[in-house]
This record gives sequence, structure tokens and C-alpha cells, in this order.
Amino acid sequence: MSGPRSGSTVGRVRALVRKEMRQLFRDPKTKRIIFVSPIIQLLLFGYAVNTDVRQVPTQVVDHDRTAVSRSLVEAMTASDYFRVVGTSDDPGTIGEALDRGDAVVGLRIPPGFAADVAGGRTGRVQILVDGSNSNTATVAQGYAQRIVNRFAQRTAEDRRLLPTGGIELRARAWFNPSLESRVYNVPAVCGVIVLLMSLLLTAMGVVREREMGTLDQLLVSPLAPRELMLGKTLPVAAIALVQLGIVIAVALLWFGIPLRGSVLLLLAASALFILAGLSVGLLISTVSRTQQEAFLTMFLFILPAIILSGFLYPIETMPEIFQTLTLANPLRHYLEVVRGVFLKGAGSTDLLVQLGVLGSMAVGGLLTASWRFRRMLG
Amino acid sequence: MTGSPSPATTVASAAAPHSDAPPVRVRELTRRFGDFVAVDAVSFSVDRGEIFGFLGPNGAGKTTTIKMLTGLLSPSAGEGWVAGLDIRHERPAIRQRIGYMSQKFSLYPDLTVGENIELFAGLYGVAGDALDIRRAWILEMAELGDDVRRLTGALPLGFKQRLALGTAVIHEPPILFLDEPTSGVDPVARRRFWDLIDGFAAAGRTIFVSTHYMEEAEYCHRLALMNRGRLIALDTPRGLREAEGLRAAGTPGTHPSSGLPSLEDVFVALVQREGGARSG
Repeated sequence: MSGPRSGSTVGRVRALVRKEMRQLFRDPKTKRIIFVSPIIQLLLFGYAVNTDVRQVPTQVVDHDRTAVSRSLVEAMTASDYFRVVGTSDDPGTIGEALDRGDAVVGLRIPPGFAADVAGGRTGRVQILVDGSNSNTATVAQGYAQRIVNRFAQRTAEDRRLLPTGGIELRARAWFNPSLESRVYNVPAVCGVIVLLMSLLLTAMGVVREREMGTLDQLLVSPLAPRELMLGKTLPVAAIALVQLGIVIAVALLWFGIPLRGSVLLLLAASALFILAGLSVGLLISTVSRTQQEAFLTMFLFILPAIILSGFLYPIETMPEIFQTLTLANPLRHYLEVVRGVFLKGAGSTDLLVQLGVLGSMAVGGLLTASWRFRRMLG
Repeated sequence: MTGSPSPATTVASAAAPHSDAPPVRVRELTRRFGDFVAVDAVSFSVDRGEIFGFLGPNGAGKTTTIKMLTGLLSPSAGEGWVAGLDIRHERPAIRQRIGYMSQKFSLYPDLTVGENIELFAGLYGVAGDALDIRRAWILEMAELGDDVRRLTGALPLGFKQRLALGTAVIHEPPILFLDEPTSGVDPVARRRFWDLIDGFAAAGRTIFVSTHYMEEAEYCHRLALMNRGRLIALDTPRGLREAEGLRAAGTPGTHPSSGLPSLEDVFVALVQREGGARSG
């Protein structure tokens, strides 16, 4: 530059980065959002969002009232899958408990159950399930069936009435042996938090400056559009990485989630994912005039991004068109990397496709964002 | 990088490198937003060391013109040069040579005085000894003492405005654009502000200032009156008043008053003759 007194790109970007950092860390509210909210989200997803079926409230109607019927109920509760909320000999109580929502499962043991079992006849028990939550219902029904079957087998063995053997299916889940949803969910929180923050801080950061009029003040200075972009996004990227570190630390140390793969690979994928998120944030800032507008636009992006990512709802069960749509979602690919690295110990060769997609999304996103950004400023 | 501590070097650097070209010159400058013509074929030229006032009702096109000159907006048609550089093609080179301060108070309220100064120093490449000198100068000029750790948002408006002026000229630009710089401050603070502007002009800087305060207009060396995007008059304040006085005297039915009409009278008469101000 031929100006009378010109600085360097590095100097200008450094000045802007320093200013951004000062502003971010000056406001205690912002500090809380940056450092406390990831932990809260993590605790929420680790504890509250639990798709495991445990301690299902169960209403028991026992007409048999024998040692055998009681031990069947015990077998149910001992599994930790069912919890008895009421016992009665009035069959109507099951319907009432299900209607009120006090119970999700009703177990009815008819009179003569013990006698049937003792006599080698088929003992019948009835299970009623509240089908309004189809997921819980299916899972609870399956559990109940297994427990009753095992119970029947054991009693038969005890009385040597039936030969042991026959065909028995013993399934074992790999990577997440106890099939805990937490092991699956907690690593995925990385993706949601990083996406949320890189979007939010970038979009809001630019739009707030436009609202305040400080953007004009920056633009009349020698700061070039790409320097402005850099100065605005570098601090956000750094903060997103720090948050990622917090989330990983809590996942490992608090929840005891295994990290079987390479941390370096995780960081590399995260960097690409953060770049993709930043460019979406920049794009949002080019179409939003006010912070409210930016906020709403952000949610328009982030809700479908989360729903179509396989974060909470499996992609395999989506209609085909939505399954195809998920391919355009950076969060989907990133979650595959995160879960792969955390749970399966997947290496870069296993995740080549995902890394490639994330990389091209980062590059494409940044190019589009900088083109839009320059147009907005020109 | 060289510091310019003395006024002598300041004037010298203000003059270079296009000392022969007028600091600001526009020809048929036009800006349209859709069908709306915000600035309509405006032409003028500003001399070095001049305080050039841009006067007009809201929506007259003052801010739009300043935004085109500072590179914040592209012209739809016409030409313009700032410091002898083309406003369409040589924006980066122009930026180092201009200072800009807008009606929106545009420092960061959540940064301290010192941090705001450092930010703009960093953006304009003012560092080392030069920064120390400029910081001391800004603090003195804004009458802020040496308390750089105060939050800028907590300062009284008059101090904020002088601080904003200080950071706008931290790189000692030869040309300064001020867009309604004193809106909202009390008359005393405004007076002090204008004393500073006078000093800048005396040191050889060119000041391009928009305002709608009539008493501010009196400080300007020359006044450009804008209405509905068009330039309707351009003269010294005295020249404008004399012309309007002559016109009033020559009009049958009006009584020549004892003195010249005030600038406000001139302004109102001119705008009404042009069909009134644009609404909105």
C-alpha cells in the first residue's frame, strides 16, 4: 500500500482480534454463555435426554397372590426396567393408571397362574402397554416379554419339567455394550454446541456492529473485507475449540465416555466443521439487518440441522427424501466423525468420506460467505 | 514507520502526495436506490484547508454523498476523487488518507478509552512512539486526562464525541469527513468541538462536514445546500445571505430589512423555492 502511514494485514487483523476478545470477555453474561452453557447442555443431554427405557412405572394386578406370582413381579422389578407404582386385585386399576399416566405398563396375573406353572401347563400373564409413546411402549414390551420368558424357563428348569436347551438368541451390542443412550448422545453434544456457538457469535458479532454503526467506522479504515472476516471469525473459532475441549473433558471425566480414537483426528474434523459453521454465520449476517433477524434466521437453520443430523432421531428411520437431505447437513457428517472417533475408535481412513465432505463444505462455505460479504460491503 | 510529532510535519504529510489535486472533487455524482434518487448529479470541488459545510433537511442526500466519498457506497453514476484518487477504483488507497466520524457515535462503549484508541491505532498502522504521541494528543484534546481505563460508554456525550474525533484522526489524515458530528451535544461542547475543527483546518486539513445546525453552518468557509438530492446553492455563508438579501430586496411587496437575512432564512427560502423538503 502506498499510504502515508500504512500498517500490515497482520497488524490490522491482530488489532481487531484483540478488540473482539476484549469485548467477549468483558461482558460477564457472554462469558457465562461461552463457558457455562456447554456444561449445562452437556448435563442436560447426559441426564435428561435419556432414550433408555428404565424404571417404567408399572401397575400390577395380581389375582393369583402366590409365591410364584410374587417372584414374577420381583423378576420384573429386579431388572431395573420396571418399577411398581401400585398393586391391586381390581383389574380396572390398570386402565385407570394408564389413563392417568401414572403407569405406562400394566401387568395382570390371572388366578391359577401358579397352579398352571406347577402343573406344567402354559401360565398366562397379560401385559398392557401405553402406546401413546410408541418408542417406550415397544421397548418396554420387549423387555417384559424377555423377562417373562426367562422367568418361565427358569421355573421350568427348577422343576425339571422341561429339558433345557432349544434355541435361544443372545444379542450383544458392540461399541456400546450396555446400549446406554448417554454414550451415544454426550459426544454428539460437541457438534451441537460448536455449531450453535460458531453461528451465534459470528452472525451476532457482525450484525451488532452494523446496528451500532461501528461497522461503517471499520469499513472506512484500511481494513479490507477479508481482514474484517478474519478478525471477526478467528476469535469465534478459538472459543469454539475451547468449548470443544470443555465438552470433551466433561464427557471423559464426568460421564466416563470412552474416547477410543485419535484426539488429533477429532480436532481436525472439528476445525473443518467450525469453518463450515462460521461461514453459515457470516452468510446469515449478510442477510440480516438486525440482531433479532439474525437470531431468527439462525434458528431457521439450526433446527433442521439438528433434526436432520441423527443427533436425537436416527437417520435410518427417516423417509428417504429426508435421508437424502441429511447429506447436505454438515452436522450429520461431523456427528458421524465424533461418534466414530469416540465410540468405535475410527481412524481417518474410516472417515475419509465424512472428512472430505466437511472439508469441501468448509471451503465452499467460506468462498460463498466472503463473496457475499464483499458484495454487502461494496 | 515515522511519527509526526510536530505540526510542521503534520502539514507536510497532509499535503502529500497529490498536493496539486483538490482534496475532494465530484462531477455529476449520482446515487439511486431503486427508483429513488438519493443524490442527483451533484458537482462541486473542495479546496485544501477548507471547512466545507453540507447543509440540508433530513433526506436531502448529505449522508449518502459522504458515504460515497468515504467508500461505504458505490456511486450509481458520475465521478468523484478524494485526495486525487478515484472513489470507485482506488478505495483502499483513499482509506489511509481520510478520517470519518458519523452521527452515530461509533466507538465501542464496552471498550475502555485506551482500548478504543489502540484499536484504531492498530487499524491504521500507528504503533510504537507514534502511538504514544497520538494517544497523549487525543487524551489532551478530548480533555480526558490520563485515565485511559474508563469505559467509553460511561463518558458524557461531549467527551465521547471528542474522543471519536481523536480516533478518527489518529493517523493524521489530510481529509476529514464528519457526518452531523455534534448531534445531541450541548452548545458548550459543540463550541469546543468546532474550535478543534478550526484548528485542524488552520493546520492544512480539509474538513467536509454535514450539519443541520445553523450556527454550525456559520463556522464553515463554504456551504453547499442540498435538497431532494440536488445541490441548490454553493457559496460562502456571507455570499448566500447577500444573494438572498438582494433577491428579497428586488422582489416587489417585500421590505428590505435593516440587515442581511439570517442563514436560516436563506435556507428556508431556498428549500421552499425548490418545492419544499422531501418527506421521510
